[in-house]
Amino acid sequence: MPGLMEAFWDALRLIALGDADLWEIIGLSLRVTMTAVGLSCLIGLPLGAVVGAFRFPGRTALSLILNALMGLPPVVVGLGVYLMLSASGPLGVLQLLYTPTAMILAQMILVTPIVAALTRQVVEDLNEEYAEQFASLGVRRMERVAALIWDARYSLLTVALAGFGRAVAEVGAVLIVGGNIDHVTRVMTTTIALETSRGNLHLALALGAVLLVIALLVNAAVMAVRHTAQKVAYA
Amino acid sequence: MRDLTDFDEAGLAAPPLLETRGLTFAAGGRRLIDGVNLTLRPGRRVAIMGPNGAGKSLLLRLMHGLLTPADGGVLWQGRRLDAAARAAQAMVFQRPVLLRRSVLGNLSFALRARGVPRHLRPARAEEALARARLTGLARSPARRLSGGEQQRLALAMALAGRPWVLFLDEPTASLDPASTHAVEEMLAEAHAQGVTTVTVTHDAGQARRVGDDLVFLQAGRVAEAGPVASLLDAPRSGPLRAWTEGRLWLPDR
Ligand SMILES: Nc1ncnc2c1ncn2[C@@H]1O[C@H](COP(=O)(O)OP(=O)(O)O)[C@@H](O)[C@H]1O
Ligand SMILES: [Mg+2]
Repeated sequence: MPGLMEAFWDALRLIALGDADLWEIIGLSLRVTMTAVGLSCLIGLPLGAVVGAFRFPGRTALSLILNALMGLPPVVVGLGVYLMLSASGPLGVLQLLYTPTAMILAQMILVTPIVAALTRQVVEDLNEEYAEQFASLGVRRMERVAALIWDARYSLLTVALAGFGRAVAEVGAVLIVGGNIDHVTRVMTTTIALETSRGNLHLALALGAVLLVIALLVNAAVMAVRHTAQKVAYA
Repeated sequence: MRDLTDFDEAGLAAPPLLETRGLTFAAGGRRLIDGVNLTLRPGRRVAIMGPNGAGKSLLLRLMHGLLTPADGGVLWQGRRLDAAARAAQAMVFQRPVLLRRSVLGNLSFALRARGVPRHLRPARAEEALARARLTGLARSPARRLSGGEQQRLALAMALAGRPWVLFLDEPTASLDPASTHAVEEMLAEAHAQGVTTVTVTHDAGQARRVGDDLVFLQAGRVAEAGPVASLLDAPRSGPLRAWTEGRLWLPDR
């Protein structure tokens, strides 16, 4: 199958020569996903920590909802964000549809429940260990949350990485709200989908390889964080 | 039931620091602590002994306000035990609870929680490190310390807030003789500075060293209480006699 071999070599050449289009797509992917994950952490970490550290009415229900939202299908999120942002939708006036901002929003909705739910679990376990000591020392409520987040820092870093891994590989939501517009909203996953269907295999293969490397790096980072945590016996 | 006031001649002059009145704690339909009356007087050290499951840890938690009694109560200087009163108490748990931070980070955290102003914390932390003989380990992760060092750190954290009363739950249960000695030295030093200690122990020798009075618990009740030497040398209650003879005490049917 000479066509496939050829596509392979072309893909390698694209990566080796640092093709401008390729880097633009990779850059936008990383920018969108890192922003989305950063914002998700800003919301999800404190939210998960509060649910994990305190007892209040509705706490169990909230935990269940967060856990359920972890499994939101990306296309459904994309559809939801599309309906919100479309010209006739409640946020239509913002004219965000088919912009990177819309993609960030969609990925945030995907990742925030993941960050919050995993944080809740981590913080709840740690709180179980610390609760009596904190009560004995008279630690105040907000200090308690801060201390729990700080002491769970290594676990929470892996939570953020898990969110990143999910968002960067996701295609359904960003395709719907981004529209895969050349030089505007084309990211790795949507480009792979499009170029494959067009028979433009070399670009798809090059991006697939990059995506694979990113996935491997994320996993390596998770292992490195675990190893470090173990080494300093913070685990 | 006799309580410590019945024989504590020396301490009678001082008003009680803490009293329990008919203290009762129940769970799962069982009275795990059952009508305990105790009096803590300033400077008078108490040792608590009793078989596994007697309720020693529960009693400490109740006196420290970590659990709410089902009946009866705890009086702190004649008043209800509240958050302010608890700030004058500290506790060392059976297994040391240490934060995932450096030794110094743990001490700073405890000082801050106890409301010590920021500018006073470094000096107080230094002082606590020296007291626990951990100065050289200040930057080490606390959870990498040896068992003895961890327990000394937990003790230093408890003492950092300068409590009036310190509760200790089997503080040397898993330590070797040298580490046990080091912990007892810290206790003696704290006592010399006016801290009233309440120590749960399974070791009669330790009870004599860290206690003036002994409370012997059996199935959530005080079986016997009084000056530690006279109790251990001439036990009168069935449970304590059984314990000194090294057999299980089986209550009458
Ligand atoms: N929070 C709790 N709820 C129900 N039962 C408890 C609780 N804590 C301890 N117990 C039970 O109370 C009894 C006394 O426990 P504890 O005070 O830990 O005994 P010990 O004298 O060995 O320290 C045990 O039978 C234990 O299983
Ligand atoms: Mg116990």
